Amino acid sequence: MTRHMVTGGHSLREVVPQAFAKLDPRHVWHSPVIFVVWVGSVFTTGLAITEPSLFSWSVTGWLWATVLFANAAEAVAEGRGKAQAATLRRAKKETTARRLSQDGAEEIVPGSALRVGDEVVVEAGQVIPGDGDVVEGVATVDESAITGESAPVIRESGGDRSAVTGGTTVLSDRIVVKITTKPGESFIDRMIALVEGAERQKTPNEIALTILLTTLTIIFLVTVMALQPLAVYSGKAQSVLVLVALLVCLIPTTIGALLSAIGIAGMDRLVQRNVLAMSGRAVEAAGDVSTLLLDKTGTITLGNRQASEFISLDGEGGRDLPEAAYLSSLADSTPEGKSIVELAHTAYRVDGSRTAKALAVEGAKFIEFTATTRMSGVDLPDGSGVRKGAGSAVATWVRETGGSVPPSVQQIADRIGESGGTPLVVAEQVDSDAPARALGVVHLKDIVKSGMRERFDRLRRMGIRTVMITGDNPLTAAAIAREAGVDDFLAEATPEEKMRLIRAEQAGGRLVAMTGDGTNDAPALAQADVGVAMNTGTSAAKEAGNMVDLDSDPTKLIEIVEIGKQLLITRGALTTFSIANDIAKYFAIIPAMFVVLFPGLDALNIMRLSSPESAILSAVIFNALVILALIPLALRGVRYRPSSASALLNRNLLIYGLGGVVVPFVGIKAIDLVVSLLPGLS
Amino acid sequence: MSATVSGLLTIGVLIVALAVCYHPMGAWMARVFTDRGHWRIERVVYRAVGVDPDSEQGWRAYATSVVAFSLVSIAALFVLIVVQLRLPLTQGSTGMGVSTALNTAVSFVTNTNWQSYAGEVGVTPLVQTVGLTVQNFASAAVGLAVAVAITRAVARRSSRGIGNFWVDLVRGTLRVLLPLAAVAAVVLLIGGVVQNLSAPETVRAAAGGEQIIRGGLVASQEAIKELGTNGGGYFNANSAHPFENPNPFTNLLEVFLLLLIPFALTRTYGIMVGDRRQGWALLGFAGFLWAAGVAATTASEVAASGAVGDAMEGKEQRFGVWSSALFAASTTGTSTGAVNSMHESYSPLGGGAVLANMLLGEISPGGVGSGLYGILIVAIIAVFIAGLMVGRTPEFLGKTVGRREITCAALYILVMPLLVLAFTGLSLVMDGPRSAMLASGPHGLSEVMYAFGSAANNNGSAFAGLTADTPWFNLTLAASMFLGRFVPMLLVLRLAGLLVEQQPRPASAGTMPTHTPLFVGLLTGVAVIVALLTFFPALALGPIAEALS
Repeated sequence: MTRHMVTGGHSLREVVPQAFAKLDPRHVWHSPVIFVVWVGSVFTTGLAITEPSLFSWSVTGWLWATVLFANAAEAVAEGRGKAQAATLRRAKKETTARRLSQDGAEEIVPGSALRVGDEVVVEAGQVIPGDGDVVEGVATVDESAITGESAPVIRESGGDRSAVTGGTTVLSDRIVVKITTKPGESFIDRMIALVEGAERQKTPNEIALTILLTTLTIIFLVTVMALQPLAVYSGKAQSVLVLVALLVCLIPTTIGALLSAIGIAGMDRLVQRNVLAMSGRAVEAAGDVSTLLLDKTGTITLGNRQASEFISLDGEGGRDLPEAAYLSSLADSTPEGKSIVELAHTAYRVDGSRTAKALAVEGAKFIEFTATTRMSGVDLPDGSGVRKGAGSAVATWVRETGGSVPPSVQQIADRIGESGGTPLVVAEQVDSDAPARALGVVHLKDIVKSGMRERFDRLRRMGIRTVMITGDNPLTAAAIAREAGVDDFLAEATPEEKMRLIRAEQAGGRLVAMTGDGTNDAPALAQADVGVAMNTGTSAAKEAGNMVDLDSDPTKLIEIVEIGKQLLITRGALTTFSIANDIAKYFAIIPAMFVVLFPGLDALNIMRLSSPESAILSAVIFNALVILALIPLALRGVRYRPSSASALLNRNLLIYGLGGVVVPFVGIKAIDLVVSLLPGLS
Repeated sequence: MSATVSGLLTIGVLIVALAVCYHPMGAWMARVFTDRGHWRIERVVYRAVGVDPDSEQGWRAYATSVVAFSLVSIAALFVLIVVQLRLPLTQGSTGMGVSTALNTAVSFVTNTNWQSYAGEVGVTPLVQTVGLTVQNFASAAVGLAVAVAITRAVARRSSRGIGNFWVDLVRGTLRVLLPLAAVAAVVLLIGGVVQNLSAPETVRAAAGGEQIIRGGLVASQEAIKELGTNGGGYFNANSAHPFENPNPFTNLLEVFLLLLIPFALTRTYGIMVGDRRQGWALLGFAGFLWAAGVAATTASEVAASGAVGDAMEGKEQRFGVWSSALFAASTTGTSTGAVNSMHESYSPLGGGAVLANMLLGEISPGGVGSGLYGILIVAIIAVFIAGLMVGRTPEFLGKTVGRREITCAALYILVMPLLVLAFTGLSLVMDGPRSAMLASGPHGLSEVMYAFGSAANNNGSAFAGLTADTPWFNLTLAASMFLGRFVPMLLVLRLAGLLVEQQPRPASAGTMPTHTPLFVGLLTGVAVIVALLTFFPALALGPIAEALS
């Protein structure tokens, strides 16, 4: 194992001083198990000073090492966040703001003086002084400071892309931003606190586990304390040093030492995937989720529909449908338009050499697709023209030219609509004063992303139900749901419907996760147990959710669930390992303590350790080293393959339960072979 | 017929008998505790104590009732014992001191039935009957009530009430314990157990010397002694006494009686939570531990009997090694504490096995009621550790095991070791208690540890050898019995209060199943490892050191 792996990319020079700094009892106190080791170490130090020997100093040294290794694990985990925080801090440099007063005049104020509700002007090249919503204008914004993504994004007033983050830079145009957060509580401030772990509070599961570990520690404390009178009665009082060593070996130090590192690393794994969890509680809840609400568009299907088929009417002469569709879409830069060009070229062998540029040189006039015309097309120099677009828009155009649309067009369009697709009508005009006529219909289809069915199957094996949310009518929704393999769908979804669905699931005892970006998603995001807001979304959505995905990728919800599970599994696995370890330690230490008294107890020394001292010391060393060895696992998380609970339990019990019983027998024996070479310990 | 064959046959008959009664007994108890109607005699009782039998209690009210009832019972029994010589029917009893009286009162109310006195002379037949026998019923019914309360808490969704203690107490006594005890008493009577009120008879023994032969209402007490996993003998020699347990048939019947309710309760649990497989899993767990206990004890004793006579010390000729070991393993695994042989005289490993059986926490299958809730606590600990390993917040039958739930379970498993180890340690370093020990060395340590293990687990069997009728032992053992009974009970009821409020999460492929063989294995592993880790050092200096020397 390389040093790089152990420290997670941070040099020992950074970790070691922190490990020592964390010896402060006020810090150690947070982990009761490690605190007991700390107290024990102080004790044995005193004993080693008054009665120095190689054995006492070795035990003392390794006890301190146990505490230091625990501290190091935490320092390494925190170190990973620190680098990220440093990058963020650079983005959070002091800015000046151009604040608009009531009468519209501008005044220059420091960014920290801004209050909620202030409006500021930001122009190209300037840094946005605080979090807020764009209330006027459109601009491209460089958000690489927080997302790490260099491609600029568009932010505009109104709609669901109005939120801007303080510290990001406007690249073009001018916008007016209404500030929505107080200074010091901005998104970047919260991110810094989160990735640094400064705001880290113990999560519910972590608290519960700490209670169990503390109870086990108390039981072992009682066991060891009661052992002394039993030993005195039996005729051989034990040295306090040995009793402390026994205690430290028995209490669950492995999990106690790594518990906070596991939590920090879990949050960090999310950060590495560009997801910010506002609390550790949310990460844990992600592991518990039993219902996933997924928006259809962008999550289950590609964001855009694609042309799948041309259905021509039987007309005579003129251009055939694919060619007309091709020509009319050349100037259509929407993904739908591009997909028509692509389909005509590949599936219908339309000559691809006639590009928009080539036609423009010939003098063709393009009509671009806009939201108002809902139609695109081209007028060629020979006087002919083609149009393609929404049925009603094309029909209007046809009628304007004096033509009429046959009823069969409507029939085809209806059929496409029922199957879950969207129809586009193509029409042509042979001459500029001839009536236009409809040629046929393009079938635009929702394309289910590849691999989604497998992912939903995987979720089902994990016991998670997927529900597709869509604005489509139930017929269309059912068709897509069937194709994608989701368990259920909510069609013609309104925010209220969504909310009702979440409440119903929760009333049945299920935990719900969802993604959202719009302001109208905010109540549902707040209601869901795990609400992932898209970074492109509104500030209301980001406020309401308990996670923000900086990549704005709705499929990431699935990864978030897996990370949540992995976090819990890692804790459980190391707890099991830690407790299972004790069996071997008993076999090392108990015979060592009492073999003088009862020579028969040597039969329990099944590892054949060379001497009582080396046996005890070997157990203590193993106990410390195992923490160090498991730091990478704690940081990386236990390997997680989605499968049923039974399969997971089988696998993890075998590895960490049985492994936890066997490994220390081998480890302690190996250490004993080395330790027994020391003079005075063999 | 060789001892092995007859021993195996005995065990076989026992298992068949238990298997036959498992379903009807479990189903009957489930009906008793879910029935909406009341018997007329029950209504009379409710009216007399002023209870509305149709009202539900929250966990606080339930726990308050349990504690109040038990404290009043202790006080009443204590007074009764102290004044017993002034009451009729003394029949030559010598009575007992105040500390012994307190110990005895606590002992019988906590279902422990540790006896610091000799049954023949310590209490009068009147106290035996209206004091001790009454508590044999009541204390068992209290355990049953608490087990039923937590079962309801697991089964119910988003509620507050966990039942009504007074109703559970009355029904447990009138509908479950009394009818069974009556039938059992008659069968025991037919089998040869005595039942009379005649005065002691003095006879001249064949070898000279006089012997006082006492009778009494033995069969009636014997039945509930086993059925209620009480264990307090009418005579000092307990079930080794020919009047209590005259022959192999009564011996087998007694073992059957003490295992009947604890095992059948797993069925009741499965029915009440609406998933019989859950009951099977708990039965599998308890049954495996019981079988392991029987096997370990029998194997050590049979091995020790290689040297003829050795293993028969402290055992009755009419039972032999096999039936003695079967009785010993069953009585220590059910928190009964009745004995038909002297555990002190067992081989080191056999004695260690019965000791370990108690130190497991009385879950193999444990006492009436207390066994079931003890098993449920282990299940919650197991679910918590293993549940994390499937990547979900741990849940037990859909109910989340969070901070407050695990606190209750963790404190539960802390209480018993704390009492056993602390009092054993203290006793061994004090001169007074040490002089009360018969043996020295590892065996002496086992004696003391056995006493506190027995008291804190409400078992009540003794390793003999220890002269426990001293103020120190009377009071520390009473404290162990009291705290070992009621602190866990309160924690269980608190846990019930937490669980009953929860809306269970529906099971899915992501839920860790709690009915599979894997889970039974896990449960066994957790129970054994927790007990082993807690008591291994002490056992190493006691039975293990003795065995390996």
